[in-house]
Amino acid sequence: MRAFIRQLKPAIISVIVFTVLLGGVYPLVATAIGQVAFNDEANGSLIRRDGVVVGSELIGQTFTAPEYFHSRPSAAGAGYDGSASSGSNYGPQNPDFLAAVAERVAAYREENGLSGDVSVPVDAVTASASGLDPHISVANARLQAARVAQARGLTLAVVMGLIDDHTDGRSLGVLGEPGVNVVLLNLALDEQG
Amino acid sequence: MSWQNVLQFAALALLLAVTVPLLGRYIANVFGARADGSAPGDRFFNPIERVIYRIFGVDPKREQRWNVYAASMMAFTLLSLLSLYVLLRTQGSLPFNPTDRESLTPTGAFNAAVSFTTNTNWQWFSGEVSISHLTQMLGLAVQNFTSAAVGLAIVIALIRGITRSGSRNLGNFWVDLTRGIVRVLLPLALVGTVVLISQGVVQNFNGHTTATTIDATNTDADGNPATTQLIPGGPVASQEAIKELGTNGGGYYNANSSHPFENTNGFTDFMEIYMLLLIPLSLVVTFGCMVRDKRQSRLLIAVMAGILIVFAGVASLAEQNGNSKLTELQVDQSLSTTQSGGNMEGKEVRFGAAACGVFAASTTGTSTGAVNCMHDSFTAFGGMAPMLHMMLGEISPGGVGVGLSGVLIMALLSVFIAGLMVGRTPEYLGKKIQASEMKLVTLYILAMPFALLTFAAAAIVLRGATTYQAGPHGLSEVLYNYASTANNNGSAFAYQGTGTQWYTVSQGVSMLMGRFFTIIPVLAIGGSLAAKPKVPATSGTMPTHNPLFGFLLAGVIAIVAGLTFFPALALGPILEHLSL
Repeated sequence: MRAFIRQLKPAIISVIVFTVLLGGVYPLVATAIGQVAFNDEANGSLIRRDGVVVGSELIGQTFTAPEYFHSRPSAAGAGYDGSASSGSNYGPQNPDFLAAVAERVAAYREENGLSGDVSVPVDAVTASASGLDPHISVANARLQAARVAQARGLTLAVVMGLIDDHTDGRSLGVLGEPGVNVVLLNLALDEQG
Repeated sequence: MSWQNVLQFAALALLLAVTVPLLGRYIANVFGARADGSAPGDRFFNPIERVIYRIFGVDPKREQRWNVYAASMMAFTLLSLLSLYVLLRTQGSLPFNPTDRESLTPTGAFNAAVSFTTNTNWQWFSGEVSISHLTQMLGLAVQNFTSAAVGLAIVIALIRGITRSGSRNLGNFWVDLTRGIVRVLLPLALVGTVVLISQGVVQNFNGHTTATTIDATNTDADGNPATTQLIPGGPVASQEAIKELGTNGGGYYNANSSHPFENTNGFTDFMEIYMLLLIPLSLVVTFGCMVRDKRQSRLLIAVMAGILIVFAGVASLAEQNGNSKLTELQVDQSLSTTQSGGNMEGKEVRFGAAACGVFAASTTGTSTGAVNCMHDSFTAFGGMAPMLHMMLGEISPGGVGVGLSGVLIMALLSVFIAGLMVGRTPEYLGKKIQASEMKLVTLYILAMPFALLTFAAAAIVLRGATTYQAGPHGLSEVLYNYASTANNNGSAFAYQGTGTQWYTVSQGVSMLMGRFFTIIPVLAIGGSLAAKPKVPATSGTMPTHNPLFGFLLAGVIAIVAGLTFFPALALGPILEHLSL
């Protein structure tokens, strides 16, 4: 106990010193580097249209209109709530989860005019881990392409081309998985007019 | 799994194989492996450290016995805990709080303060909902560094105990703590931060940015227009880097490393897995350098890597294989050229299912607890892999410092069991392992299961009404969450609400037991070994660097965990799998 009490003085001082160094200097230096060298990235890769922030390249959004590609289901708040990231945390056999998936499968088929024997891509009917996933699979995007093309009066080929343009490949060719960035794809569609 | 997945694992292994020996040797020199005690970068670091020691009022040349070393560590941890507790209780009235986060309740703050000072980083709260930018920086990020540096100091003290003879001293805690932070963690974290920012991990002091959503027809549940989205800010990258490097794992945001602002793409995911494995593996090389026998470290790395690869493989395959209940609903989970497939509930498209298995195995093998996918939504076997991996005691390769000390304890147990078989006094690296050490080893081995099973059982028996999902999955949730706290991991089966008073208090105690009932015995063993003379190896000495010992060690690790946890696992994930 005497040893403990004798060590209290360096303990108090060291907590203060390390709080200043690691809690003050370190994040300030990191922020300074980030803001100067990677300003856009450090501030959330925001997208502006006519000076208005319309989202972030990295954060998905809810899309409900038929002329937009639809994102994955989301458990973040009421859906794609950037202030409340979350997965559903449903276990694989949870009856509520399985009922929700069955409902989403039916809705997806109806929305996209698919017959009852078409399997639905898994990402289209499952919620992501963050609830903010900006991507959908290429398979999911292609199944939605006909609906989007029809709603916008575009040819299927044009929409398919845009899907290819907005498919993020694997980093360095091998890391991660490819996905279609729904936010950027839908913005590109809007720019088509 | 696709060939890209396989290549990804190979690239990770290669990058580790190249960098781990370099960092391991560097850390050994930082902690005095060279005969003259010099280390690379002395010209730069020595003056800084001299100033720090003067402010602390400690004499860096004065070494401590194990009990003084432990008292210093406890004093430092207690003060850290207090300062974080006060910060969490008062953050509502402090500056740097652009999103107006309120102060936490007493039990909530107790749990969070214990969690971050014990390197657990269990979070019963959502980061973006409950914690201000100021607390993230001055509180959580600071503990990310210092709790890892404490673990580092502990294992260095243990290694000194093994290498010294006829000494009572294990080094100076304040010196080891300072050097670990200034020379190892801080430089690596700065590099990691810049790499992460360059990829889009955010680093700012903004509150929420309001965006006008692209689809102007969106409505909320009541049919009112809902055309705005809040985009969060914060000094995230600086926290993210040390969160992985220090095997901490507490996310800035609720979704942790699955959040696009914490983990942007396949490359950052790869980097984060790399960063969380880097220091724990390097420390094994450090051990080999300090005991001047590289064969020892090679054997330990082989055992750790073997276990890690098995768990990564099981989890990856289980998740890539998908959820058979969804196949019945005509959901396509196959791997093809247009989708990565697998069990995608609670997973991000940019990572895919297979990479989640590798992250899950790495985060539970290292006591990190960061997640890039939601473990609660894993398949039965996919979820059992990270749970069982924690239950092994997190020694493959374990958290910064505590992982290596854990595996050294298991090595002592292995030589003891082997000694019993042949009727010789067991030895490890020339030190006789006797009754006093074995009592401490036993205490160490019992501490974690006690902190896990007792509380898990009590939670179920006494508090049957707390939220978890029905059936065996509910038991898995309780087991997983106490496995996480008792092992100072911090990942969660997060469906279960753990913000209640019962959970915040019991899990806080579980974390304290899992931390201090293990590292104090480790220091005591170090002290006891330091005093012993070195016995020269004879033809009767059991070598501890050959495959036979490797299998013995792996077997002991598996048997200890199996005997302790199999009954509970049988009623949780195994029953869940069988009931498919």
